[in-house]
Amino acid sequence: MITIQNISKSFGSLQVLKNLDLDLKQGGKITAILGPNGSGKTTLIKSILGMVLPDAGSITFEGGAIKGKWAYRNRIDYLPQIARFPENLTVHELLKMVQDLRGGKPQAEHLIERFALKPFLHKRLGTLSGGTRQKVNIVQALMYDSPVLILDEPTNGLDPVALLELKSLLDEERKNGKLILITTHIMSFVEQMADEVVFLLEGKVHFRGNQQQLKERYNAASLEHAIAAILKEEPLEISANGHSKTKARLIFSTS
Amino acid sequence: MFKILKYTFYDLMRSRWLYIYAAFYLLLSVSLLWLGGSVSKAVISLMNVILVLVPLIATMFGVMYYYNSREFTELLLAQPVRRTHIFFGQYLGVAGSLSLCLMLGLGVPFIFYGIFGSTEIFNFTVLLLVGLALSFIFSAIAFFIALRNENRIKGFGLAILSWLFFAVIYDGMFLLALSLFNDYPLEGFAIGASLFNPIDLSRILVLLKLDISALMGYTGAVFQKFLGTIIGIACSALILLLWVVIPALGIKRIAMRKDF
Amino acid sequence: MRNVKILLSFFLVISFQSLHGAQRIVCASCEYQSISEAIAAAEPGDEVIIKSGVYKEGNIEVNKHLYLIGEGWPVLDGENETEVLTITADCVFVEGLVIRNVGTSYLVDRAGIRVKKTKHFAITNNRLENTFFGIYLEHCKDGTVEGNKVIGQAKEEMSSGNAIHLWYCERVVVENNYVTGHRDGIYFEFVDNGHIEGNISEANLRYGLHFMFSNNDDYTGNVFRQNGAGVAVMFSRNINMWDNLFEYNWGRASYGLLLKEIYDAEIHHNTFRENTLGIYVEGSTRIHYHSNDFDRNGWAIKMSGGCLDNKIHTNNFRYNTFDLAINSPPNNNSFDGNYWSAYTGYDLERDGIGDVPYRPVKLFNYVVNRTPEAMVLLRSLFIDLLNFSEKVSPVFTPANVADNAPRMQAF
Repeated sequence: MITIQNISKSFGSLQVLKNLDLDLKQGGKITAILGPNGSGKTTLIKSILGMVLPDAGSITFEGGAIKGKWAYRNRIDYLPQIARFPENLTVHELLKMVQDLRGGKPQAEHLIERFALKPFLHKRLGTLSGGTRQKVNIVQALMYDSPVLILDEPTNGLDPVALLELKSLLDEERKNGKLILITTHIMSFVEQMADEVVFLLEGKVHFRGNQQQLKERYNAASLEHAIAAILKEEPLEISANGHSKTKARLIFSTS
Repeated sequence: MFKILKYTFYDLMRSRWLYIYAAFYLLLSVSLLWLGGSVSKAVISLMNVILVLVPLIATMFGVMYYYNSREFTELLLAQPVRRTHIFFGQYLGVAGSLSLCLMLGLGVPFIFYGIFGSTEIFNFTVLLLVGLALSFIFSAIAFFIALRNENRIKGFGLAILSWLFFAVIYDGMFLLALSLFNDYPLEGFAIGASLFNPIDLSRILVLLKLDISALMGYTGAVFQKFLGTIIGIACSALILLLWVVIPALGIKRIAMRKDF
Repeated sequence: MRNVKILLSFFLVISFQSLHGAQRIVCASCEYQSISEAIAAAEPGDEVIIKSGVYKEGNIEVNKHLYLIGEGWPVLDGENETEVLTITADCVFVEGLVIRNVGTSYLVDRAGIRVKKTKHFAITNNRLENTFFGIYLEHCKDGTVEGNKVIGQAKEEMSSGNAIHLWYCERVVVENNYVTGHRDGIYFEFVDNGHIEGNISEANLRYGLHFMFSNNDDYTGNVFRQNGAGVAVMFSRNINMWDNLFEYNWGRASYGLLLKEIYDAEIHHNTFRENTLGIYVEGSTRIHYHSNDFDRNGWAIKMSGGCLDNKIHTNNFRYNTFDLAINSPPNNNSFDGNYWSAYTGYDLERDGIGDVPYRPVKLFNYVVNRTPEAMVLLRSLFIDLLNFSEKVSPVFTPANVADNAPRMQAF
């Protein structure tokens, strides 16, 4: 469905993606994209969505190159990382706007119910708490029935009840045969949900496989240990980029 | 594009800042009209305010809106919409709502005061049109600057600087050039130089309509002769339009290439 | 002085009327069919009554003491070829005539009514239409021109005359006339002890009223409106001007009042409203300006050349673009004790007089004097800032041009 061939991207002197290849063919599974900060997770996702334009290489979606195209985005649902919307629009208006822009018939009703958003429908987005905004974010992203789902840090600010709802929602979507990409720092979420892990390091796919394979390969008891092992395995490369090393440690020690 | 425009407009029309903006003009025109007692005096006083304030607010508001809605813009970018449409939609939404505030804030008091029965209607219309043009021009410049600069502080700084340039620095350089080349005939230069600053051009358009051209002596007469004609009016309208189109083309160019 | 003159002309009129002789009536079916005939037949002191009708008699000379009285607005038509009425005798009284179509001439100054080398005359309540010069007085003394309407259709200065033109006259009163559409509304050259009152002079090409080389004249209660310039007083002494209204003299070289090389004048209680320049002064000395209103002019007063010993006080300067421009070395002129609407000072003692001096000359003024093109920056923010900084610490503007006792309230 999505084929990424040999893409590179630099921001100024910082090269974020280096000749990265990734093939995402099969629907019906959840792929977690992991990696330390600066490893290019967000850049990769944004490249797929056409928000970042790669310097080299090509991305095809359902057989067509995406460069300069925009209509293909109708077949991708995207949950952005930071849920900030126009402050003076109401929840209802926001959902209506997304519908206006995408066309088609969204199924927002059941999502609104599941996340208990009914009382907030006619409130301004600026007055909502961060968690509620994230719920609205999830509703606007998942109310369409597109074959590809891209979620950037979906668990941000969610309370346990909403987190459960999200998980069960994702389970349903997987059963519906969708291709789901998730980036997150919450390892427990990955352990529970991900069928497949893509680990990015230094702008390349360092590892791809299921969780079992990852643990076996690094002989680790848990996902966290496996990842720690990856980062230890590459001390030279990491220290060549000290910035990313310290960040990596920080992130993984907290999760 | 119109969908984005529509929702940007909805959003902004409920913004407190815009209410304050419109209320300010309302208050200003009411007090000038009812305390000053003459439409033409009110138009002159308003001109002084509009020529400074409209560009400043349009610049600041444009930059602020862009930076504030950056995350939301990312959501929009992931939707099946052309990139240029997103930014043009937002730009037109900002410029349009600022213009609406200006029109309501100035228009309502003047209508109640009886502008339609007044001989000053033409002067007032010129003032209003100039205000609208400046709103569109300076929010386009603001969007262009904001799009070019990811760094907010730098963006705000450049925006203020660009306003300062057009409102003050340009005129300072203009005056300096005039005094340096005092010995040469300068009417042509004076016309040319003021055509290329939208604030100066707007000011002169209003002043000429208010018949202050007589004060300007020979230079004023040259201006009147040029800008008083259909060609002159068309020319200045075209230049004001160019001041919208050029930043808009810049917005388009950056929007096509930029990573978000 | 003025009263004496009025009294004098009053007695003059009375004496004319008490001494009337026989009546000679002119009309198509009367004893006299033409005015010339009636005049020829009349004895000095007779009344020539002209009934309504159109009389095309070319130039008519009045060469004896007569009363020419029109009844029902008889029309004397010059058919664009000749001067109409020429008065060459003393004690002639002309009333109620319509005189029209004198025709433009580039060779001679033709007039509707010419009064030549006489005294004791009165030109009263006539209408002059399309006359090249309207009423032309030369070498005359002790007469009045009153209540006439002189309406011209002047297009350009070169080919137009003046409505009421006085040349080498003394003690003439010009009162309550309406003059429009000429080169100058009222023109005084070498006229002494004249008095001009209650006239309306508007839409004339050059000046509403023009003094040249005339002394000891005064004018009061007149309206000068929409002329090329309101009043020009040049090379004259002792001209007093009060209670006049100068308004809408608006154009590139327009002004309400031009003073050029004059001495010892009083200018008071006048209103200068919406003129490009309220008063433009070029080299004038000992002029006393007080109790005038300057409203919404481009410049209220602009002085250039040597202006000495002028006093400006008790005036109101309201909403002028520039209150004062001085383009000459600062001299001992005084500006103390006026009201300036642009004054932003304070009055802590509450005595009605501002505690800080007001400087009526702005920096921009100074700039514009040097570089007239800089005027295109009028009302721009940069100029406001410039003026403000100059106000805070004057560098360029003359320090001694200031009102040290500015009034807080208008007079």
